[in-house]
Amino acid sequence: MNGPHDMGGMQCYGPVEPEKDEPVFHGDWEKRALAMTVGMGFAGKWNLDISRFARESLPPDFYLTKSYYQIWIAGLQKLMLERGMVTPSELESGKLEVPAIEVRRVVSVDEMPDALAAGGPVDRDAILEPGFATGERVRAININPQGHTRLPRYVRGKVGEIVEVHGCHVFPDSNAKGEGENPEWLYSVAFDSQQLFGRDAEEGNVVMVDCWGSYLEHA
Amino acid sequence: MNETKKHSHDHDHSHWSDMDLKVKTLESLLVEKGYVDPAALDVIVETYETNVGPRNGAAVVAKAWNDEAYLERLRENASDAIAELGFTGRQGEHMQVVENKPGVHNIVVCTLCSCYPWSVLGLPPVWYKSAPYRSRVVIEPRSVLSEFGVKLPEATKITVWDSTAEMRYLVIPERPSGAKDWSEEQLAKLVTRDSMIGTGLALLPNEVPA
Repeated sequence: MNGPHDMGGMQCYGPVEPEKDEPVFHGDWEKRALAMTVGMGFAGKWNLDISRFARESLPPDFYLTKSYYQIWIAGLQKLMLERGMVTPSELESGKLEVPAIEVRRVVSVDEMPDALAAGGPVDRDAILEPGFATGERVRAININPQGHTRLPRYVRGKVGEIVEVHGCHVFPDSNAKGEGENPEWLYSVAFDSQQLFGRDAEEGNVVMVDCWGSYLEHA
Repeated sequence: MNETKKHSHDHDHSHWSDMDLKVKTLESLLVEKGYVDPAALDVIVETYETNVGPRNGAAVVAKAWNDEAYLERLRENASDAIAELGFTGRQGEHMQVVENKPGVHNIVVCTLCSCYPWSVLGLPPVWYKSAPYRSRVVIEPRSVLSEFGVKLPEATKITVWDSTAEMRYLVIPERPSGAKDWSEEQLAKLVTRDSMIGTGLALLPNEVPA
């Protein structure tokens, strides 16, 4: 979906303002927001791509004006509401009103360090040979799907060069719809910044974008 | 500068107590429903507040500077080489290092969200997740670098790595001169978080805080 999250190349947001000696969390609620979001992932009711889509498809004014962990909390609530894990009234009261639904896993204190260390690798065994080779010129296809995609608008239709073949990775566009992992070869593609943005871009720079095979065609 | 920015600042501060309440309410509900164990959530907080952070990445960089064989292993398979030092886990499953050299500077971003190599850098700072950084660094990286006080030579080529997939990029900054016989532990003190994102350079030996 062409949403507010797809920001690459926009110029309207003003300067970057790094905070000196920034703490890891700004307030205790941010700690719990992180922990609940990570913790609820183990319930197995959604995957990484579904949760990304939940956040990026929040109302655009919300997405652009709320803080990062406010967006996380809103995304988490949305995912749980959609699946009947909680009700709007329960979110208001904080009290159980309808029974919990079955979840895949509730990680205990003892299990959590290993669960975090294990991570969630997305590389999968290759079934087919890669469709592109290092050094090959490719064009990013022009797509505007309603659902989730990791092909940013600023590279669509643009020509670049394959610089690395990474292996087969879970394909987010289908995984985000719950339509399966459908792993595809993943490539790092180098785009000249003036190819992407024309003469107004700073000259001589390269932007590397990781693209799945079905985002690319021979050029 | 603009309404969006002003707006977000208003929210960030005046609504903190609202968020405290909202998040507490949510957590008590999730606990009552048996979806999470609150003590296990404490482990998540502690992990990312104290155990996992840019000191991990600094150790990787210092070793890469000091040990050619290790650097070679990082180039071959960064995830495995980083795991040698005990750094594994979420948002670090598929690591790649990118090396700054004279004339070549690398910067990492996630224009679509906030992808960041947690296992070596911890959680990302607010600016990394912010609209100004995500939007502008791909089109005007020099201008963004100037906001961090970094000015590169005119001839230096900048490569911006947009983390659109699950590959996570760690910048190996250039080793500063004047630290020739330093141990890895000493060298790690030169390696700032921003130097491993590419929005900073490694410190010079005389810049290390006492």
